[in-house]
Amino acid sequence: MPPVQVKGEVLSLKPVGDYYAMTVVASGIAEQTRPGQFVAVAVSGDNGAMLLRRAFSIHQVADRGVYGGTVEFVFAVHGKGTAWLASRRPHDPIDVVGPLGKPFKLPAQPANCVLVGGGYGAAPLFMLSEALRRRGCRVDFVLGAANADRLFGALDAKRMAASVAFTTDDGSYGEQGVVSDVLPEVIERTRADVVYACGPMAMLAAVHQVAADSYNGQGIPTQLAVEESMACGVGVCMTCVLPVIGDDGETRMSRSCIDGPVFAGDRIRWDALGTVPSDALGAAAMVAH
Amino acid sequence: MADVTIRTSADATPPADVDMTVDLAGFEAIDPVFTASGCAAAGRELAAFNDLRAIGGVVTKSIQLAPRSGRPTPRMAETPSGMLNSIGLQGPGIDSFLDNDLPWLADNGVCAVVSIAGSSVDDYAKLTTRLRGQPVSAIEVNISCPNVEDRGQVFACDANASAAVISAVRRNTPTGVPVFAKLSPDVTDIVEIARSCVDAGAHGLSLINTTLGISIDTTTLRPILAGVTGGLSGPAIRPMALRCVWQVHAALPDVPLMGIGGIRTGADALEFIAAGASGVQVGTVIFNDPTAPQRISRELRVALAERGIDRLRDAIGIAHRPPQIAVPEDADPPGDELADPPPLPRTVHFEEASS
Repeated sequence: MPPVQVKGEVLSLKPVGDYYAMTVVASGIAEQTRPGQFVAVAVSGDNGAMLLRRAFSIHQVADRGVYGGTVEFVFAVHGKGTAWLASRRPHDPIDVVGPLGKPFKLPAQPANCVLVGGGYGAAPLFMLSEALRRRGCRVDFVLGAANADRLFGALDAKRMAASVAFTTDDGSYGEQGVVSDVLPEVIERTRADVVYACGPMAMLAAVHQVAADSYNGQGIPTQLAVEESMACGVGVCMTCVLPVIGDDGETRMSRSCIDGPVFAGDRIRWDALGTVPSDALGAAAMVAH
Repeated sequence: MADVTIRTSADATPPADVDMTVDLAGFEAIDPVFTASGCAAAGRELAAFNDLRAIGGVVTKSIQLAPRSGRPTPRMAETPSGMLNSIGLQGPGIDSFLDNDLPWLADNGVCAVVSIAGSSVDDYAKLTTRLRGQPVSAIEVNISCPNVEDRGQVFACDANASAAVISAVRRNTPTGVPVFAKLSPDVTDIVEIARSCVDAGAHGLSLINTTLGISIDTTTLRPILAGVTGGLSGPAIRPMALRCVWQVHAALPDVPLMGIGGIRTGADALEFIAAGASGVQVGTVIFNDPTAPQRISRELRVALAERGIDRLRDAIGIAHRPPQIAVPEDADPPGDELADPPPLPRTVHFEEASS
């Protein structure tokens, strides 16, 4: 099923720590959402001055009930667009496109999975956890944030997972430090087979490095959802690119909206993030311009 | 061109029978609305949101000879009613385009206007040659590119360089395929460049490409875009685009124009048609609303019907004609006119109003 555009309605907007969780009545999106996919939300109204959609990972969906399908996403107020979203009230109209992007890949056989979330980047991990557990996988969480108010989903994680490790930069909750500090111990203790993560790029890089170094350098695979800024979310604007190695071994500037947001960690060119590596497809042609 | 009596919106008629077809220098489009280059990739991603056969067609992202990686990120900055982009013409190159993208458009019955871009006059000539025998409805020549043979001077900013590209394209153009030159607004006299392109053989003109801008991050106090400058697009540039269409249509009334720049609604599109555009292209609005191409086509049809215009062609350039008084359809309701006006007013007697 292709993504759909829904002129939906705000069902609820709840503050969650330093974040907001918005639930939108958006029939047609909920039914086909898989963990790791996202929605692109229009802000400032049909005649508003902010044209670019804001992309948010989908936290939860309910595909039936009195309201029809609903979709919940989590956001922080960073600028005018998210401030506009935070000022919505129940029954306000809202324009949502989704579900978009490639979801997390799931192990074909039961496996031990560590799910790592940074801040509200943890949002898509709870649907993922449910999907993994339905497949008989063990799930352990590592959640980190700057401080306790920015940890997202602590209670849900405790309820769902075999274990949860928390880190905060200021030590206001869990261990003081960052997720990659505690991840080696979690991988070893849970005999992890795979690491899933969502959060800022620097965190993903550190998580991938820990996973690659685990088991005395043998390493385990990672599935990482990136947070590149997007304009359209549907694959036409070419702004959300990052260097990714394809099946043919060639590096391309890949769109995180269509080719991601979930990538296998070993396909991302960590050495060249934020740049166009000179060996990327078509990099040579840029010299002329 | 038929004379049109503009009716007021109170006389709205159902839009079903508005003739939306338009002649773009021999390319008979079924609808005047196209996707703008660089805002629709090669069409495929938008098929989930639009019936692309129902609009005029897809203007592809500019195709070059070799694959191009594009520039580093950040490539985009949101600005008031618009955005800046600095993509750097990321694309797969002509070989992959002909193998994958153009066949998809043809197989799905979508009219393809292929945008081509190069770094030298010869690049454009070679690209045009590669389009021979291909299912191409029209060629749009993106001349807003630096010319490596002239210290990176942008072709579109110089009348002679623009003409050189268009001549090279025309020498190699497949028979029956119209060539549109897409002009930059960042020039002193757009009519001069327009005239030079037409003299060099362009069948039509696309107006306008983005205009250069900069946005600065007030936290880091550095430019937001990795490429420093970017192309400004969106409703913020609509009046400027409309002015370009107006000026060029006034100077070259027989040259078909594609109006581009910040079109968000059918009424916006109608402004361009009235200013002299035969077709319109919608771009940045697609990022806001992926269903915009078909929606705007629908809204334009309704807008024409509401004004009693049953052929789009009759509205092209209509704003250049002397103002027309809105005349109700039935202009002679009984009692409005006096066959024999009396020479003097009649005496009126008053009485107390009864309750």
